[in-house]
Amino acid sequence: MQFEDLVGKVRESAETGTALRLKGGGSKDFYGGMLAGEIMDLSGYRGIVAYEPTELYITARCGTPLSEMEAALAEKGQMLAFEPPHFGSATVGGCVAAGLSGPRRQQAGAVRDFVLGVKLIDGTGRVLDFGGQVMKNVAGYDVSRLMAGSLGTLGLIAEVTLKVLPRPMAETSLVFETDQAGAIERLNRWGGRPLPISASFWFDGALMVRLSGASAAVAAAREKLGGELLPSADAFWRAIREQTSGAFRGEVLWRLSLPSVAAPIDLPGQPSLEWGGAQRWLATDVEVASVREAARRAGGHAVLFRAPESLRCREGAFAPLPTALLALHRRLKKVFDPKGIFNPERLYAEL
Amino acid sequence: MAAHDKVFHTDRTALAAQLKIVLPPHCLLVDEEDLRPYECDGLTAYRSLPAAVCLPETEDQVRDILRVCQQLQVPVVARGAGTGLSGGAMPHAEGVVLSLARFNKILRIDANARLAVVQPGVRNLAVSEAAAPYGLYYAPDPSSQIACTLGGNVAENSGGVHCLKYGLTVHNILRVRAVTMDGEILEIGSEALDSPGYDLLALLIGSEGMLAVVTEVTVKLTPKPELAQVVMASFDDVAKAGDAVAAIIAAGIIPAGLEMMDKPATAAVEPFVQAGYDLEAEAILLCESDGTPEEVAEEIARVCAVLEKSGARDLKVSQSEAERLRFWAGRKAAFPAVGRITPDYYCMDGTIPRKRLAEMLQAIAGMEKKYGLRCANVFHAGDGNLHPLIMYDAATPGEWERAEAFGAEILEMSVALGGSITGEHGVGVEKINQMCVQYSTPELEAFHKVKAAFDEEGLLNPGKAVPSLHRCAEYGRMHVHGGDLKFPDLERF
Repeated sequence: MQFEDLVGKVRESAETGTALRLKGGGSKDFYGGMLAGEIMDLSGYRGIVAYEPTELYITARCGTPLSEMEAALAEKGQMLAFEPPHFGSATVGGCVAAGLSGPRRQQAGAVRDFVLGVKLIDGTGRVLDFGGQVMKNVAGYDVSRLMAGSLGTLGLIAEVTLKVLPRPMAETSLVFETDQAGAIERLNRWGGRPLPISASFWFDGALMVRLSGASAAVAAAREKLGGELLPSADAFWRAIREQTSGAFRGEVLWRLSLPSVAAPIDLPGQPSLEWGGAQRWLATDVEVASVREAARRAGGHAVLFRAPESLRCREGAFAPLPTALLALHRRLKKVFDPKGIFNPERLYAEL
Repeated sequence: MAAHDKVFHTDRTALAAQLKIVLPPHCLLVDEEDLRPYECDGLTAYRSLPAAVCLPETEDQVRDILRVCQQLQVPVVARGAGTGLSGGAMPHAEGVVLSLARFNKILRIDANARLAVVQPGVRNLAVSEAAAPYGLYYAPDPSSQIACTLGGNVAENSGGVHCLKYGLTVHNILRVRAVTMDGEILEIGSEALDSPGYDLLALLIGSEGMLAVVTEVTVKLTPKPELAQVVMASFDDVAKAGDAVAAIIAAGIIPAGLEMMDKPATAAVEPFVQAGYDLEAEAILLCESDGTPEEVAEEIARVCAVLEKSGARDLKVSQSEAERLRFWAGRKAAFPAVGRITPDYYCMDGTIPRKRLAEMLQAIAGMEKKYGLRCANVFHAGDGNLHPLIMYDAATPGEWERAEAFGAEILEMSVALGGSITGEHGVGVEKINQMCVQYSTPELEAFHKVKAAFDEEGLLNPGKAVPSLHRCAEYGRMHVHGGDLKFPDLERF
């Protein structure tokens, strides 16, 4: 697949007003709002364009499988520090568009924190280059980071440059017995100390914590924290990252993004938590409004993460925006996709 | 769209009369002698006297000022401490300076949640000082941190010497409350780690006061490392020092700080601070490690091994906190130290891929001869951000013009080497022409449209950060892709 083909297709769709459903590996078709429009399969536009281990960046075409990218990084002892989920066949374009980060997010940051540059095809078929390959770049508005989590509604992310980091020298995982409130208390207390905690997960009375860093730091932190060693730790964290763990089971799975100190959400269902308490999961059949309201009162928001399509389309996958912000979203959508051809209604029905 | 810069004609009497209705007398300055201190920011070579300066004390007053300015179509330039180095807060001659200096309260520190809610006029260092009793601090530390404010840091996406490990402002802000030109209050972000919808926080941070006026900021606080130690290495060749930087990163080490100074910079600094720098060296590297004592010991040993292998002629490891601070003192005092040996200096801020450093320094040496001016170089080596300090004398006719041309050539070279014209100081008025080199028409148009999505009439900080296409055509050094002529619809001069 050639770059010119992508541009040609977008131009043609803009002229005819044909909606396009941008698709990489299709691993996140379950996520967000409605899937509408003619499928534009980007999995053929793939390949690593540049990888400079000592400059700490990698540039790849959108259809590049995350697995291919991570294999190239692993050869040089590096990684995508935000540990994006693969959910089978994720591509780098979809990874940035969806903006989902994995367990290491609590220590390293989210997808958006690692986006250095994008080559974008806007909704009129114009090619736009934002950001670049250097760590620091404040020339112009930071449009590259704006793409993270935009679900492809602002443009076709044809190429992405991500910051990469060295893999930690050592990792150890510990397990503690505690209820949810106890886990939240401990994680916040530990979060205020200089401890190398790179992931945390609480579920069903057990708190798992991963330590990453220099071997001496990991050993010292283990001494301080106590707990038992977690067996098969790599497999455990992979199951969290890929959501194959039993904690994520349920017909309707909510993701609540809350202040890390928020008390346990008092709703029936199966709760679990990550990111030092800042990301909560709730498998529940409680009505949508109750979950949204509980998240709002706790100071955050709730995403209908996995749910039947009919429910996501009816209720919206994401928390409704205040009027002023929604108006701003619509204006920004017009800037990059004036004819509204990219992924209509995938993020919000109004976009 | 934004082909030309907008021209404003302000009726000063009407403006003062309207502002007097919404502001108490002590919050409004209109007399020339009161306006004079506001005529420039940290980039003193560019000056302009505003029509009025407003010093509001409440968010309602900020809204009222913006409403008045919108009604009268008067430009507004928000200002923090005015320490910026790109002229981002330089007043508009027909406009109002909106100083947030009185928004100087730390509203809340939540040690358990590790965050602070502050007003935009709070100084960067004051946040860390207030958080210190809890063992926490605010990580981004621009060198102006004793004076610069959080509002300004948000506007510029400020960096510092610890960005490589701890990130820029954009990585350390949770929430911003801001007022748009039409008086709308935007709550962007929260105390959670993400928000539904587009990442507007990323867009607002680093927007140079062009999109909205920040009235409150929630920052992340970071646990203070137990220990920090620094290795000082000297090299007899700049290229070797550059390679050593790459070797450290290739070894899987992300130091807390990684800074370089060339010989002219150390020569300027050493008599000023007596940091113990090797004056014979062509370059010195400062590499800091922080964390637990065990971690630091391990990392320092690895860093020393890498530096020795990279051909460092001398290595010193700080043996006490006092010594660590002394090693850093020289780097942190580099600007004032250079200020002592020259009447004026002009600080540039390009970023380049680290591996191109030797090439860049060689080119700068050539430019010193070409422009007949000296240049000292300090470098945030870890993140490729170079600060050449071009020395000149504003009192000598023609020297400033030569310094400006020298700087422009460095910036354009940064772009040519695959970098950016600004790593942390912002575009402001200073680098606006070089934006035409870094970006082509479609991106510049997109930037103008993004601005219009927030500020339809273009009243917030007009003429800064993003050049009009007309300006780029006049500047004549455009970003050309594959030989196509950009701006075909514009006249040539």
